[in-house]
Amino acid sequence: MSRFDQRDEILARIRRALGAADDDPERRLAVMKRLFDHPPGTVPARARRPRDALVAQFISMLESQAAQVSRLERARDIPKAVVDTLRRRNLALRIRHGSDPYLAALDWASEPALTRHLGAATADDAAGLSRALAGISETGTLLLASGPDNPTTINFLPPLHIVVVREADIVGSYEEGWAQLRALYGERSLPRAVNLVSGPSRTADIEQTLIMGAHGPVALHVFIVGSD
Amino acid sequence: MRATSQAFLENAERALGDVQLQRALENVPRGFVTKRAAARARLPEFDALRDEARAIKDHVLANLDLYLEEYERKVVEAGGHVHWAASSAEARAIIVDILNAAGARRVTKGKSMVSEEMALNEALVPQGFEVTETDLGEYLIQLRGETPSHIIAPAVHLNKEQVATDFRRHHRALPAGRPLHEPSALVAEARQVLREKFLAADAGITGANFLVAETGSAVIVTNEGNGDLTQTLARVHIVVASLEKIVPTLEDTTTILRLLARSATGQECATYTTFSCGPRRPGDVDGPEEYHVVLLDNGRSELLASDFRPILRCIRCGACMNHCPVYQAVGGHAYGWVYPGPVGAVLTPALIGIAEAAPLPEASTFCGRCEEVCPMQIPLPGLLRKWRMRAHEAQAPGTTPWQGRLALRAWGWLARHPRLYQLAARLGVGIARGFWARYGRLVGAPFTSAWTRYRDLPAPEGGTFQARWRRHQRHRQLSSAQWRHKGPGQ
Ligand code: SF4
Repeated sequence: MSRFDQRDEILARIRRALGAADDDPERRLAVMKRLFDHPPGTVPARARRPRDALVAQFISMLESQAAQVSRLERARDIPKAVVDTLRRRNLALRIRHGSDPYLAALDWASEPALTRHLGAATADDAAGLSRALAGISETGTLLLASGPDNPTTINFLPPLHIVVVREADIVGSYEEGWAQLRALYGERSLPRAVNLVSGPSRTADIEQTLIMGAHGPVALHVFIVGSD
Repeated sequence: MRATSQAFLENAERALGDVQLQRALENVPRGFVTKRAAARARLPEFDALRDEARAIKDHVLANLDLYLEEYERKVVEAGGHVHWAASSAEARAIIVDILNAAGARRVTKGKSMVSEEMALNEALVPQGFEVTETDLGEYLIQLRGETPSHIIAPAVHLNKEQVATDFRRHHRALPAGRPLHEPSALVAEARQVLREKFLAADAGITGANFLVAETGSAVIVTNEGNGDLTQTLARVHIVVASLEKIVPTLEDTTTILRLLARSATGQECATYTTFSCGPRRPGDVDGPEEYHVVLLDNGRSELLASDFRPILRCIRCGACMNHCPVYQAVGGHAYGWVYPGPVGAVLTPALIGIAEAAPLPEASTFCGRCEEVCPMQIPLPGLLRKWRMRAHEAQAPGTTPWQGRLALRAWGWLARHPRLYQLAARLGVGIARGFWARYGRLVGAPFTSAWTRYRDLPAPEGGTFQARWRRHQRHRQLSSAQWRHKGPGQ
């Protein structure tokens, strides 16, 4: 605590302003109940569509936000798709990714020309690969969780970001995304960082002209991977 | 920063005559207003969400102490530190302490209006810290030594030619003859220059759009990703946020997020929404080693106890200023402090005192557009009216001058004496018509110059209102008598 800290004074001022006592059990109960029940608000109808429509919407929303989307039938198609993407962009056949077991289990040997670097991204990486925990259809948004599996720097430093999301992990709403996170990390607990990503980095700060690649990735390429 | 809100009228006059600024301001209605309308139309649940968002924030404000405690508990559990500052000066001192203790010299910053409010850069730079704003708009105005003119588009007042000139002046290491005509070239150059800053930074300071009590997370919403590089690459991450940024749960955050980007830029959602929850964890290969949150009160707890509590629901989307005819005409700098537009006209008097900011609540036509578009349903015109009343009570400079007040009092007295009032009205109409007969319009008539300097005042037609009303009543009596006489259907 800093020598300037005014915690108790500020809290007391708030209570005075509210005319509330700090030990009022009813208020505290209402607050704790909300925190543990986390009731949802209105979930837009567009997030409650049949599966196929959700996937189609996820794709079109991402594309409308300047991301590129490819559908792959099987996980084993990923290494080749990565190489193709790098080639198409005239990039060296090098990719950075974390220790995500899903990515680690892929048959990378099938693409011997590709060099992989593991761990956090550096300023020299031209391309990074991550796996999203979920894809949120209502706004075309990837949900990425930090950790050694998918280091956060990969989401922001390399100019090209490739993100894999399993088709089965595409959900309608943010609320379903939170449910997945709670199942993985527990109640009232998140990974160090949760990144919701809906396209490549952009700015409109100069005369409201939209330009891609402000600080983060210039391009975002999403692979939606089928069931096998 | 020193407020010049007192000089709103002079500021506004200068802004109206500034050709560059006027050209830049044309982008506001063209961009934001049409895009927001389209985004709202695409989401049929928009208005239902507004009701819910308002209820969420009202619930938070009514239990703010408890939610703050819960939020703090979760941050500490995750290994972070929470610091509470009653004033801007305390917050600045706390941040200087954190930076010094960590041996941090080079500081990157994400966009944060609260850090503008506490004039953080002005405190850090003289103490030898190298501070770089990384949001492109913020960077542009930092180079110029200006303040933001909009809460989400801080450099909306600039043209690309001005930016190019500034870049040539400041980025000396780059070749002098490089082409900088296109916005894309300017963005690419800023990316290159700021990359170095991100990589070299010891500490990163960001604001927060929300603080989630459920999980102890600070949420930032950006399109550039600058906030993420700021908070991920540096050793130390410091979040600065005012008390009212608290929301209870991830679900509540979602409800408000569904409104934020649509109201702000007309996007379905921002490109990046990031929940950060403390420092690096065991096994992590990136992220900050230290995580601090500085909670700023600076007048919020007093607002909570006042008639102005609803302004604490504000999520800083900027819709109110985008739709404000006054903002559209004069831009943000005329308001003279950190927060412009309708939200600024309500917030500024609360934060720096009505005596310092009395002209701001007057800077409204009460057209009501701001309240109509505010996603949090803040009754902005009503709050402005309250400030006007307080300013009058305090006779603050910048409110209606004594002549005006005298005239109103005289009118009030007359209105309570009907006979005299009729006489005066007849006299007034007579004089006005006299002027009209002579000059074809009203110029130089007593008490009218403030209006007629820029506009025509049409001459009165057909006598006083009361005379016309009498005629009208007579006419109605006559025609209804006829109707009764004939009866319906004949
Ligand atoms: S007052 Fe309302 S419209 Fe204005 S910035 Fe705040 S939330 Fe947005």
